[in-house]
Amino acid sequence: MGLFAKFGTSALDMFRVVGSAGLILWRAILSLRRLGRSFGLVFEQMQRFGIESLPLVVITSVFTGAVAAVQVSYQLKEYLPKAYLGTAIFKSVVIELGPVLTALVVGGRVGASIAAELGTMRVTEQIDAMEAMAIDPHRYLVMPRLLSGLIMLPALTVIADILAIGGGFVVAGVALDVSAKVFVDGMRTLFFEGDVLGGLIKACAFGGIIALMGCTAGLRAAGGAVGVGQAATRAVVTSCVLILIGDYILTTLLWGILFS
Amino acid sequence: MMNGISYGDGSFIHVDDLHKSFGDKEVLRGITFDVFEGETLVILGASGCGKSVLLKHIIALMHPDSGRIEYRGENIFEMRPRELNEVRKNFGMVFQGGGLFDSMTVGENVGFPAFEHWGTKGEELSKLVEEKLSLVGLGGIANLRTAEISGGMKKRVALARAIALDPDVILYDEPTTGLDPIMAEQINELIRDTQKELGATSIVVTHDLHSATFIGDRVALVESGRIEFVGTTDELLSTEQEAVRNFIARGHANRDRPEPDFTVSF
Repeated sequence: MGLFAKFGTSALDMFRVVGSAGLILWRAILSLRRLGRSFGLVFEQMQRFGIESLPLVVITSVFTGAVAAVQVSYQLKEYLPKAYLGTAIFKSVVIELGPVLTALVVGGRVGASIAAELGTMRVTEQIDAMEAMAIDPHRYLVMPRLLSGLIMLPALTVIADILAIGGGFVVAGVALDVSAKVFVDGMRTLFFEGDVLGGLIKACAFGGIIALMGCTAGLRAAGGAVGVGQAATRAVVTSCVLILIGDYILTTLLWGILFS
Repeated sequence: MMNGISYGDGSFIHVDDLHKSFGDKEVLRGITFDVFEGETLVILGASGCGKSVLLKHIIALMHPDSGRIEYRGENIFEMRPRELNEVRKNFGMVFQGGGLFDSMTVGENVGFPAFEHWGTKGEELSKLVEEKLSLVGLGGIANLRTAEISGGMKKRVALARAIALDPDVILYDEPTTGLDPIMAEQINELIRDTQKELGATSIVVTHDLHSATFIGDRVALVESGRIEFVGTTDELLSTEQEAVRNFIARGHANRDRPEPDFTVSF
């Protein structure tokens, strides 16, 4: 197959995935009418999406904050006062590092798990069985996962933000000789509540992307165990790519247009 | 009249000129037949001839490229999702591998449709589950996980779940495939007994000639995506039609050999 043909096939495949994801999202939104009957399912998914991801998020965010402190201190050198350490860490964590890194690690963990679970259900006819008994898989499987993503990723991001800033604070105090007061004053300098809000809006969108791409890959799975494996990989790859593209778009919209 | 079934008073399910292709492969090539209320129709054919695809069209799990299927006079492919779901509540389907939810226990599987559609809970639900499991000869296993039961038991549990909402129509996809001959015989008997007990219309897809003649009132033979023959089981065995004679001859030749599995997933 020629290079152009290969490129064309992948492009077509990408459009198919986007089309399926759009359709799945629309059906999940329509099924919100029956949300009242699905609270139990949503809570179950919130537990799996959020609580079970917590250890991973804790480790990632503490070390991210610690690395940020060392890096910022190195970049500031003697050019700027160390008072700006707190400012730089706070802003970089709530705007970028918190939402994006949390989304990427949770995307790897939860996206693959959703795709593998739904993919196995697809190839073993469990989803067909559900449809055959007049139960909409979009309501029973997709909508609870989507809602839990939209709710739990911002919640995890808040925790990640706090822990990352905490990590930075500790490293600043212990290794970089920046007192607690200087650090906190630095955080207060140039504080803008829109930074926190914008970060959480990003997290909400990323949570939706992770759940939607996991569900789409799972529901489209075909061809036995190999197909399930491919679905899990596809879920992680597409959600990571979309998170990074979405991050650029949201950053431009929020900080470039709305907050400026 | 045959076995209390009246033919000719309007069809219950009418399949009309169904076509379906997957890529270049034409799987259904103009399938037309009727199913009458209360009968057991067996769709017989070799593995890979398109009969499972046909069965999935009957409950609108797949959509045809052209053609229609009417249930009580209404084309199911033109229905809105809500209308289609109302129709599906009248159907029960037993999938080839059972299609049981492995995140649930046997009892939760059987009770799932009633819980979701009727809101049945607690004691009432347990009673319903036990009743349906007893009908398939599996009373007392409601608390087992689906991974803990054998292939034959899975098919029985799948049947118990399919009849949970007291459907008008039960669809069976290869109910005896993958089972040893003794278990296959038991499942054949179970299908026949269930039919007698509930009086539901049954459509059974199988490649097994013996199973077809044992449980069926009528048989439709599918070859290469077309219906080659429709008639009673007696007519099937006595017809001189070449396609039927060939299939029967192959069936006898293969009777004692293990069944090769050429299942194609699309």
